[in-house]
Amino acid sequence: MFRGRLASWDAIILALTVVVLVVASLGVPNFGTSRNFTFLVLDLMPIALVALPMTLIIVTGEIDLSVASILGLASSLMGWFWNNGLSIETIIPLVVVIGAVLGAVNGLLVNALGLPSLAVTIGTLALYRGLAFVVLGDGAVADFPFTYTGWVTGTIGGGPVPNVLILIVALAVIFGIVLHATPFGRSLYAIGANDKAAHFSGIRVARSKFWLYVASGAIAALVGILWTLRYSSARADNGSGLELAVVAAVLLGGVSIFGGKGNLPGVLAGVVLLAALQNALRLQDVSGQALNIVTGALLVLSVLLPNLASSLRTALQRRKRRQAVTS
Amino acid sequence: MSPLLEIRGVSKSFGAVSAVQEVSFSLVAGEAHALVGENGAGKSTIVKMLAGVHRPDTGTLLVDGREVTFTNPADAKAAGIAVIYQEPTLFPDLSVAENIAMGNQPLTRLRQIDRKTMNANAVRLFARLGVHIDPARPARGLSIADQQLVEIAKALSSHARVLIMDEPTAALSGVEVDRLFAVTRALRDEGAAIMFISHRFEEITALCQRVTIMRDGKHVCTEPVSDLGVDDMIRRMVGRDLSALYPKQEATIGETVLEVQGLSRAGVFRDISFQVRAGEIVALAGLVGAGRSEVMQAVFGVDKYDSGTVTFLGRKLKPGNPRASMTAGMGLVPEDRRQQGLVMELSIERNVTLPRSRALAKLGLLFGGTERREAAGWTKQLQTKFGRLTDPVATLSGGNQQKVVLAKWLATGPKLLIVDEPTRGIDVGTKAEVHRLLSSLAARGLAVVMVSSELPEVLGMADRIVVLREGHVTAQLTRAEATEESVMYAAMGAS
Amino acid sequence: MATVASPPHARQNPLAKTRELGIVIALAALVAYTTVSQPRFLSAQSIRDILLNTAILAVMAAGQAVVVITRNIDLSVGSVLGVSAFTVASMMSADPGLPMVVALVTGLVVGAVAGLLNGVLVRYGRVPALVVTLGTMYIFRGLIYSWAGGGQVNADELPTHFLQFANDSILGVPWLVLIALVVVGGVALLMRNYRLGRELYAMGSSPSAAELAGIKVARNLLTAFIVSGALAGLAGVLFASRFGTIDASAGNGYELNVVAAVVVGGVAVSGGSGTVWGAGLGALLLTVIGSALTVLDINQFWQQAIVGALIVLAICADRIVAVRIARSLRKRDSHV
Repeated sequence: MFRGRLASWDAIILALTVVVLVVASLGVPNFGTSRNFTFLVLDLMPIALVALPMTLIIVTGEIDLSVASILGLASSLMGWFWNNGLSIETIIPLVVVIGAVLGAVNGLLVNALGLPSLAVTIGTLALYRGLAFVVLGDGAVADFPFTYTGWVTGTIGGGPVPNVLILIVALAVIFGIVLHATPFGRSLYAIGANDKAAHFSGIRVARSKFWLYVASGAIAALVGILWTLRYSSARADNGSGLELAVVAAVLLGGVSIFGGKGNLPGVLAGVVLLAALQNALRLQDVSGQALNIVTGALLVLSVLLPNLASSLRTALQRRKRRQAVTS
Repeated sequence: MSPLLEIRGVSKSFGAVSAVQEVSFSLVAGEAHALVGENGAGKSTIVKMLAGVHRPDTGTLLVDGREVTFTNPADAKAAGIAVIYQEPTLFPDLSVAENIAMGNQPLTRLRQIDRKTMNANAVRLFARLGVHIDPARPARGLSIADQQLVEIAKALSSHARVLIMDEPTAALSGVEVDRLFAVTRALRDEGAAIMFISHRFEEITALCQRVTIMRDGKHVCTEPVSDLGVDDMIRRMVGRDLSALYPKQEATIGETVLEVQGLSRAGVFRDISFQVRAGEIVALAGLVGAGRSEVMQAVFGVDKYDSGTVTFLGRKLKPGNPRASMTAGMGLVPEDRRQQGLVMELSIERNVTLPRSRALAKLGLLFGGTERREAAGWTKQLQTKFGRLTDPVATLSGGNQQKVVLAKWLATGPKLLIVDEPTRGIDVGTKAEVHRLLSSLAARGLAVVMVSSELPEVLGMADRIVVLREGHVTAQLTRAEATEESVMYAAMGAS
Repeated sequence: MATVASPPHARQNPLAKTRELGIVIALAALVAYTTVSQPRFLSAQSIRDILLNTAILAVMAAGQAVVVITRNIDLSVGSVLGVSAFTVASMMSADPGLPMVVALVTGLVVGAVAGLLNGVLVRYGRVPALVVTLGTMYIFRGLIYSWAGGGQVNADELPTHFLQFANDSILGVPWLVLIALVVVGGVALLMRNYRLGRELYAMGSSPSAAELAGIKVARNLLTAFIVSGALAGLAGVLFASRFGTIDASAGNGYELNVVAAVVVGGVAVSGGSGTVWGAGLGALLLTVIGSALTVLDINQFWQQAIVGALIVLAICADRIVAVRIARSLRKRDSHV
């Protein structure tokens, strides 16, 4: 299904992820401990979850840069609702629904008005983050009940498997099935590769993309809740800058920014790779910021290397053809 | 006379598809040279090599007897070659004058662009062509004919020694064609070499001295136009008897399947009405830009229309909803295979099953095997040649790609199949296969609407012909009434 | 089939005209309203502050506009600003005797090299600009962190003439503002009246037609990225001079502000349209909104939300105007 030049990149990322995990387990003290595993999973949770709908959106050739701001706004709202006496049981579904509505606003602007998603979501990135500050200012709300904060940071039966891992796996499986084994998923690839041909094949291009933005908003809000509970702190600036990290992880996983290509396992490998590297370097007391260089370089290489390989192939082919003619 | 431009033993392939093989001919100053051949014969590839867009795999290009290598279009331009492409290549955001002057804008002393002179130049060029287009307006929104005229002005402005024109007249009216020819003749007499590509033989005999004929990427012959009759040219182009190309089967005409009534869309087409019955092949004929494809796209629902109705199998179709048309039993094999018909990066099987993936899903889930079986059945039935069903459809030749599009729609079990330029850019063999297929489908009771710019195809295949000109129906002819003259007359108006 | 001559109001690019007028009107209305409720908004000090704050953003927006007009984007500008600011600050603190010109030139060169790298990867690596500049955004930022670590250059380590530059004026116009004006004006002139500029518009308007027209696409694209990089580098020097304290996070997140200014200023992300003056006006509008909110004593937190809403409004307005123009052009040409 994913042959050719992308298959090779998927394979490279998967292999690289395995190598990093193995080397780090053997060479980095404390990396292989169950305690560290819990932290690793908690650290990669936000990017992993937000990357799921983002993958589908980028497969259709669009982008959503407002996700981190929806996360922040969700966090702010959670704090504000809590301060106003709502119960957590009410707050969680309410905030997720609000997230879906925020996503729907993006979806309408992009699909009903036909505006470029990059520009729209840069706009809502600022808008939603701004609203987050309007709601909560620069203060924090911290007194969330332990039942919930404890669940997010806790593990299954006190073992090494964090509770949130169930959530990540469940959502990843759902998104994976939707993308790879449903008519809807098939149509997303067609839309991304050639939306005109998709339209001519009876696919509802705008409607399909609209729902992806709704899903993206809902998941981002859910992550905002989890983030708030994990750090037991609702703040307007939670998750600031996460959007670019998510896009980087998705592209690193072999999804084409032009749409039509990529798969979810590759993206998840990309997420794990980045998180594992960061975790291992931190354990080695290397500044996490220096990891930026690795992230950036991998990102560029993920597209550059397959391009160079294909250029080389065509050059060789041409030479062969010339020689065949002259000899 | 020594040739201005010569191509010697040039070959070019794209992937596995060989587009041009060992072609040689030359263009001489003061001569208009026609290049003819069927769609897919390799003419456009030749044009693109001369324009510096493609580099030949083997063979050489010579300008003034010296070997040259064009690595990009700038090189060709510098060598004095100007090209008018089949499809306009304008910059929609820039003004008409800027489009014409791009690359050699008149400059002031400070090396700034001299807009006044630039606009005046454009006006002068348009005057030569006898048209009025505001030089300061943006190119976005120009009609196809006006875009083509801007392209021609652009080529004229570059003072080229070699002017290559790839079907420049396809969208022009009779008066505009006359003007263009007058200007072209003047250029020719001033010593330019002209290469002219057209499907209209009367234009070739009116303008050109020599003709080169290509077939299936190969050079057939180069002869003085006066030595060849039109029949000769066609025979050499097609390389076989025409009747074998259009295997028309008798079909019993049944009930009305499609009824289009008073369909209008502002600026595109107006008050279009016609009917299609089961077992009937109805051809929509007319010039490029007459609105034929637009009408059928509106009927299918990929485009909107302002007023009128489309009744299909007795039920009014919801406008602007291709999925509804599809479920009701309509299929559209679109004009532009690469942009509208196929998702080039996706595999053959995914393309074939794209409109049907919902029907193929079990409990909402799709498994690879179901799609593969479905695709394997249809591709086999249409004798499609490919490596594996999982190969990207881009790796196939034009003819086989067209079969994939046909398979995709036949798989939906349509009652009406709209085919828009079904044989554009495919080889002669496959062309006959497509015609045979359409004919046998009609014989089995399928209603077919065929949009085609090829007159022989229209005359050879259609039971009835609806002719459009500038967005309205100018004639409805039966198979018996239709001749080349009667169709062209209706398509071009008074000419 | 030929068109009639268009009415005079359709001359030039109608969208661009409408757009800049729109920003100017919005600016005027905002300034008028704010001044009426708080006259100190138009005090010399306040105007000076607004202009100084606009200057750095406007310089970067001019460069970004050039790249966006070619249907590309440069997300690395914030990091390039950081690299340049840190390089120049370190250099000036190590050798306080260096004249200001050296600092400016160093910033330009550092930025130009970064821009060249972006351009080469986009053109010759055939990697989309969004991916390249997102990648180099991380790489450049990572470089500053690994170089600076947690350290910073403080104002007291920098020579006074370097810090004074941000406050000095010539004929009452602060140097920073003058530089911004020269940059925006110069780039605007280049884009409007020179072949290179028109070719950049052409490339963004239709990349395939640009190749066919024989435009030197590779050279032009590199130029566009070098201009954007160099101006981000220049902005880095201005940043260092104005704020004095430089750490590894200098310019973090600026890329989105710059893109916002450009989009609000009417440069379409789909390339080919918009002007450099528009981008400069966009930068000014964003800054004025910030100051006006402070003066009007509106919750500071509203600022970002308003900027976001403004971006969305701006692109919606562009769309509506574009659709209306297309419709009127079609009507005018219709023969049916």
